Amino acid sequence: MADAYVVGVDMIKFGRFPEKSVPQLGSEAALLALDDCGLTIQDMQALYCGNLGQASGMVGQRILQEIGQTGIPVVNVANACATGATAFREAWASVKADLYDMVLAVGVEQMGRGLLGGGGGSRGISKEGLLGSGTMPSVFAEAGMEHTRQYGTTFEQFAKVSVKNHHHSTMNPKAMYQIETPLETVMNAEMISYPNTKLMCSVNVDGSAAAVIASEKKARELGLMDRAVKVRASVLTSDPWQERDLVMPDVNTCTRKAAAAAYEMAGLGPEDIDLIELHDCFATAEILHYENLGLCEDGEAGRLIDDGDVALGGRIPVNVSGGLLSKGHPLGATGIANIYEVSTHLRGAAGQRQVEGAQIGMTHVIGLGSACGIHILEKAA
Amino acid sequence: MADRPLPAVSHLKIPDEGDPYLEGSRCGSCGATFLGTRENCSKCGARGKMQTIRLANRGELYSYCIVHRSFPGIDVPYVSAIVDLEGGGTVKGNLIDVEPDPSKIDFGMPVDVVYDDALGRKDAEGNSYLSYFFKPRI
Repeated sequence: MADAYVVGVDMIKFGRFPEKSVPQLGSEAALLALDDCGLTIQDMQALYCGNLGQASGMVGQRILQEIGQTGIPVVNVANACATGATAFREAWASVKADLYDMVLAVGVEQMGRGLLGGGGGSRGISKEGLLGSGTMPSVFAEAGMEHTRQYGTTFEQFAKVSVKNHHHSTMNPKAMYQIETPLETVMNAEMISYPNTKLMCSVNVDGSAAAVIASEKKARELGLMDRAVKVRASVLTSDPWQERDLVMPDVNTCTRKAAAAAYEMAGLGPEDIDLIELHDCFATAEILHYENLGLCEDGEAGRLIDDGDVALGGRIPVNVSGGLLSKGHPLGATGIANIYEVSTHLRGAAGQRQVEGAQIGMTHVIGLGSACGIHILEKAA
Repeated sequence: MADRPLPAVSHLKIPDEGDPYLEGSRCGSCGATFLGTRENCSKCGARGKMQTIRLANRGELYSYCIVHRSFPGIDVPYVSAIVDLEGGGTVKGNLIDVEPDPSKIDFGMPVDVVYDDALGRKDAEGNSYLSYFFKPRI
């Protein structure tokens, strides 16, 4: 099968835009991505749209109602926090399958504030605070404490993830926040679910991101190869059975399975990756994924953050965009915003936060429930 | 309104005689344990091989977090705990009778499953509920 390339990609600055509609937010990113490659909606042969909050609301069609109703097929996708990555992957697959040679993927979300999860069923009484906690900060705190149990990972090590990612976002004008958060600030912030303080929880923001994917033939024909990014691997997994599944969602196994498949598909290993945007929905989660993605041996994730290996300028920079912790996490947009970030580095256009000489990058998301999406991208030759 | 407490979750069983207990099921093909009853096994895919079992009231703490921010009306802080039961099955609940302080909570500590009123919570019809909690075993 011929290769597929990202030829246009962009995101809006993440923030809070209650005055805008979801399709309006999605349209903004769609137009930015089209502008990025000098194409129009008339050039697109299909639209793959990721959105969670209005999953039954035909958001993709409503985006076309904002920017051009060309009658192309639209697929609306919902897959928890892997929604954007899933839309991107479906778009990629349609080009790989030779169904189309130029398609658009959009991810968009408008979020409320406050705790996610923990709602429980509608019958009987609320179980939150009665049978433990089902909020996302708690679920990921418990996943982090499993790592503490196994390897002695400390509260301070988890907190350092947040210090790093907030620092990175000071160099990203499209991030929600550009503020430094020193270690003591992170550790002394309001405790939400130990060991996650408020600054160790991702920010609920509104946002959108979009990508234009083209076949190699089309990209060459249009003279777009100079800024094109090759999709070396696209993998999606669901959660294999685990004994604690029903009470403790397992974000590790589906990530390990996806990472192994992605490395195999791309024909390379973790040592070949120059930067990673991974799913730091909570600071505790980022630590787990260093090991899940093979950046270090099991049990060494704490050392990786202590030694600065995963900071900009380190051996394998992680979340130089600021990550979900500081760039923000508009659920359906996140997967494609990650693609934007990595592509921008591969194009050498990331400004102050540029990972020097970046040739190959990885994106990773986890949708709880669970779905893991991984993409490996490479600067086109 | 029911004349006695209802179970907070469907896998908590309150027999007419005898003590309440947690119900699970075990796959006759691969041995996987689940909470509650079910038809098929999601580990091995076996169909119709599930046996209903009574889960143990003893277990050990696998992981936990300490909840400081929750929804209005929920008392904090409290310990949200994941407990592996003896003989199989993992359940989540509140760990009570401990200080909500990580230095006072040990991974692997033995706990008992105890049954009590669901913190005074009642449904729209005014029914009371019975729930389960974890207590450190002395």
